[in-house]
Amino acid sequence: MSLKDKLVSSFFAFEDHLEDDSPIHDIRNNAIKIFEGQGFPTKKEEAWKYTSLKNILKTDYCLFPSRDNSVELKKVRKYFLHDLDTYKIVFVDGVYSSFLSETTHDNMDICLLSSALNKDKYNPVIEAYFNKIAEQDSLASLNTAFAKEGAYIYIPKNKEVEKPIEIINFATGNEAALMLQPRNLIVVGENAQVQIIERHQSLTDNAVLTNSVTEIFADKRAYVDYYKIQNDNSNASLIDNTYIEQQRDSICNVHTFSVGGKITRNNLNFYQKGEHCDSTLKGITILKDKQHVDHNTLVQHIEPNCESHQDYKGLYADNSTGVFNGKVVVEKEAQKTNAFQQNNNILIDDNASVNAKPQLEIFADDVKCSHGCTIGQFDEDALFYLQTRGIAKKEAQALLMYAFANSVLESVKIPELKRRINKLIASKIGVNIGFDV
Amino acid sequence: MLQIKNLHASVEDKDILKGINLDINAGEVHAIMGPNGSGKSTLASIIAGKETFDVTKGEVIFNHEDISELSPEERAHRGVFLSFQYPVEIPGVSVTNFIKTAINETRKAKGLEDMPASEMLKLIKEKAGLLEIDRKFLSRSLNEGFSGGEKKRNEIFQMAMLEPKLAILDETDSGLDIDALKVVANGVNKLRSKDNAILVITHYQRLLDYIVPDFVHVLIDGKIVKSGTKELAFELEEKGYDWIKEELIS
Repeated sequence: MSLKDKLVSSFFAFEDHLEDDSPIHDIRNNAIKIFEGQGFPTKKEEAWKYTSLKNILKTDYCLFPSRDNSVELKKVRKYFLHDLDTYKIVFVDGVYSSFLSETTHDNMDICLLSSALNKDKYNPVIEAYFNKIAEQDSLASLNTAFAKEGAYIYIPKNKEVEKPIEIINFATGNEAALMLQPRNLIVVGENAQVQIIERHQSLTDNAVLTNSVTEIFADKRAYVDYYKIQNDNSNASLIDNTYIEQQRDSICNVHTFSVGGKITRNNLNFYQKGEHCDSTLKGITILKDKQHVDHNTLVQHIEPNCESHQDYKGLYADNSTGVFNGKVVVEKEAQKTNAFQQNNNILIDDNASVNAKPQLEIFADDVKCSHGCTIGQFDEDALFYLQTRGIAKKEAQALLMYAFANSVLESVKIPELKRRINKLIASKIGVNIGFDV
Repeated sequence: MLQIKNLHASVEDKDILKGINLDINAGEVHAIMGPNGSGKSTLASIIAGKETFDVTKGEVIFNHEDISELSPEERAHRGVFLSFQYPVEIPGVSVTNFIKTAINETRKAKGLEDMPASEMLKLIKEKAGLLEIDRKFLSRSLNEGFSGGEKKRNEIFQMAMLEPKLAILDETDSGLDIDALKVVANGVNKLRSKDNAILVITHYQRLLDYIVPDFVHVLIDGKIVKSGTKELAFELEEKGYDWIKEELIS
């Protein structure tokens, strides 16, 4: 049985277990029909031309792992920002771990989607926001059909969340192969502020396929700072579908650090629904072996006087492959839009490759849009400069890689996270850069 | 200290150096002057070990060792320093961190431990003072957004920190106003000693008013066509390079 057939046939059993009066009962049923109709995307589709899911779909994934999977804190502590006090929403094999989490209902909700779906008092929020901006494509619909658990974050008007929120999905490896479909809903009220760090981490080399959907709503003047750390094991693949809707004067930044995993696909979509919105999409990708990362971004400028900034840096070694497919749409009403897109890649080895495809669709006439794309090797003059100072070629390359990625790192606003990512980059590059940053 | 013997070099089959001979002893300051495109910067880069040039003939001897086959960093570890005409920007790496890395890499190559932090700090303070560099400058990203003067001052600061035996200053005067030039030249002069040598590469005589050379060589079309003392530099400043070219033809 193909994975698609397995998913479709298990849906009905899955739905039966849930209560009939669930507010999203109909949404689920529609979603599975969409998935059944479209199936998994193939390379024949333009948006999937350079990323094939074929191999990872062959695996016989367990869809509903047993409930008693638990992990010891000491085994997973290193994946938390442990030097920092944070809220934590932690899932183990898709099941909420109250032991590892630190949630709150104190003037805001930092908790679970399952409780939000099951308690009447959350109904208005679910009805207003759930599945409202997620694309109705096959993968997001697949997630919607099985949506049951994930982070639920509701920050009311004027609330400034005093510490970052970590959303972490662990896979224990107790199953030979596991498919996870976390579903996050994040609503940030008017003038509210929040910082969120998201991570998917498998604890063994067993196969994991995660198909994640996150919907983020930023109301007027809201500020959302979102960080994705993608450093998973070599048999873990991730399809991340993130949708962000911004109201006027809101600021949303998403940083994506892709330095691990087998196949990673980031579908990152911004919709600017009010004037003076500011959207930032930045990424650092450092890959080796046969790793593959596909950044598929969309920024939809709908209203006038908005900005978007995209800056993706990629370093590719061995046989690794990358894709940057960045689409910017400026609609007719969106005059005075400033949209910038930058994608720079360095191929460290001859067998590495990158496909970059910027797309601008501009229907307004008074806008500033730019995009730049480079794929290159190390700057020989820069290497020579460092070598003449006594720095060996390998260290010199590391220093240049570090410098290359730095423009993205600069805008990380949580110092502890910045330090951690710095270290992560240094370790991925494989050298000690010789100083603290 | 440095002997260059019949050095020929080319890039993409184009001959750039066509038989250079040059002897530099410890304690000496040599200047190489010449018009644009004569091969001055190529010579500087080849001594420092740049691999994009093909050395087709000849040798470069440094302290009795043929260094022709050594990498740039190995030459640096032996005491060769090149001050760049266009130093490279390295965002995110501060001047201080960069020089720490450079010094400790050199020490590592010599089998020494990292320099203790307190000693490093003292050294940085001392050498920064020499070049009138303030603390704020030291924490800026290397060469990023530096003015021409700041870049050159930073090059000489690195030279001061690394204490090379042979320092090659490639067009160190370009992009400098007269005040910056004086500061840079002053710094270089303070670093002169009987144990080290300096090779100044310049298009104009101006810098040589401040860093006074013992010998001046004229490089035209890949060859040293005339050598003399500092008076030769004055003559070149006054009359340009054409009279030498004419002299060569006749």
